[in-house]
Amino acid sequence: MLTVHMEKQLSHFTLDVKFNVGREIAVLFGPSGSGKTTILNGIAGLTKINDGEIRLNERVLFREGKSLVPVQERKVGYLFQDYALFPHKTVWENIEYGMKQESFAKKLIDKLQVGHLLTQYPHEISGGEKQRTALIRAIATEPELLLLDEPFSALDEKTKNNSYEQLLAVHQEWHIPIILVTHNKSEVELLADKVLYMKNGKIMEEKLQEKEKISLKM
Amino acid sequence: MEHINFFPLWLSLKTAGISTVVVFLSGVFLAYIIARKVFVGKSVVEAIFLLPLVLPPTVVGFGLLYLFGKNGIIGKLLMDLFDFQIVFTWYGAVIASIVVSFPLMYQSASAAFQQYDKNIENAALTMGKSRWKVFWTISFPLAWPGLLAGLVLAFARGLGEFGATLMLAGYIPNATDTIPLAIYFAVESGKMDVAKFWVMIIVALGFFAILWLNWWSARNMMKHSR
Repeated sequence: MLTVHMEKQLSHFTLDVKFNVGREIAVLFGPSGSGKTTILNGIAGLTKINDGEIRLNERVLFREGKSLVPVQERKVGYLFQDYALFPHKTVWENIEYGMKQESFAKKLIDKLQVGHLLTQYPHEISGGEKQRTALIRAIATEPELLLLDEPFSALDEKTKNNSYEQLLAVHQEWHIPIILVTHNKSEVELLADKVLYMKNGKIMEEKLQEKEKISLKM
Repeated sequence: MEHINFFPLWLSLKTAGISTVVVFLSGVFLAYIIARKVFVGKSVVEAIFLLPLVLPPTVVGFGLLYLFGKNGIIGKLLMDLFDFQIVFTWYGAVIASIVVSFPLMYQSASAAFQQYDKNIENAALTMGKSRWKVFWTISFPLAWPGLLAGLVLAFARGLGEFGATLMLAGYIPNATDTIPLAIYFAVESGKMDVAKFWVMIIVALGFFAILWLNWWSARNMMKHSR
């Protein structure tokens, strides 16, 4: 369970958000510039927060203006916008960099079908392949929480649909809390167990009853 | 042709070599911690770092004399505490080289650390790696082409330093006569053949340094766009 209370002064408004995420996919939805990436960075420990508290399972990561756990120890997997793959390392070296167990990483590689790309470099693979590599790289660290920052925005429609299926399959198998940032409404309908709507620096939660099913082509 | 004393060659390579090592380590370190941060006074700090690029060498030399001269703030301290002198020694030539070549290294390193997405480092941190490990395995390799360019430029600049060296280290044959000083004083004393010899040496050193760097950069670009 992730419990977040975060306050941060941004250039044009104050971010003051409170929300919880269980073993579900929570979609953080809002327009560009509403602070979504800031929230993810605050949870990951990559940006300073002014006040609040962040708890992940039994651990307090941040409280009363102080980071209590450094970035490296938060056990938060993060799939960045534009994927942030290491350009000087192959697909396998990217995945291997932070993986905890090789057998688990290989299982993910099979599941997400990147086995034929392991010796290639990021500039040699497609957008969808980069996205899958970045997802495997994040999950191979065996995080307690997964953060995804607009992971599908650069993909074409067909690749997006494949990626939605893969994310749902990954979540079905490994039930960790996931926060997905998007400003695409259809991704809310397709993927969210819960929606966190950003407005004026605050969040309104909405639990969804039904998720539109995508026929699994895998 | 007059017999050539090769001491200036060894002295130049020694002083430029030492100054390049110092400048590389300090330039890379400062560029890494400063370049991508935003803080009050950053532009002032960077203006100070880059100042020797735009100042006349005599101004740089004057400043160094003020600091390291026999009555200078640091010079006097070194003499009183350690009986150690900077002026009119080859150490002065090293310091002059460091001051004039540092801006080139800092600028190259600064650009090198800013040319890749910072999220690449953030990703490595979230994967459990220490900042030191992230620097060695991610930041340094990605910045290396730019760092190497800075290193070669800093070496070439250090090798060619004249004005500030003359003011701080002076011209003492077989002690502080780097190649540029040897050229100047050879011309002054009418030894044109000696001057020509050293001019060819330093042009060759500079030319082959730049040629090698261009070749290496082109090869590196080809390797990453295959």
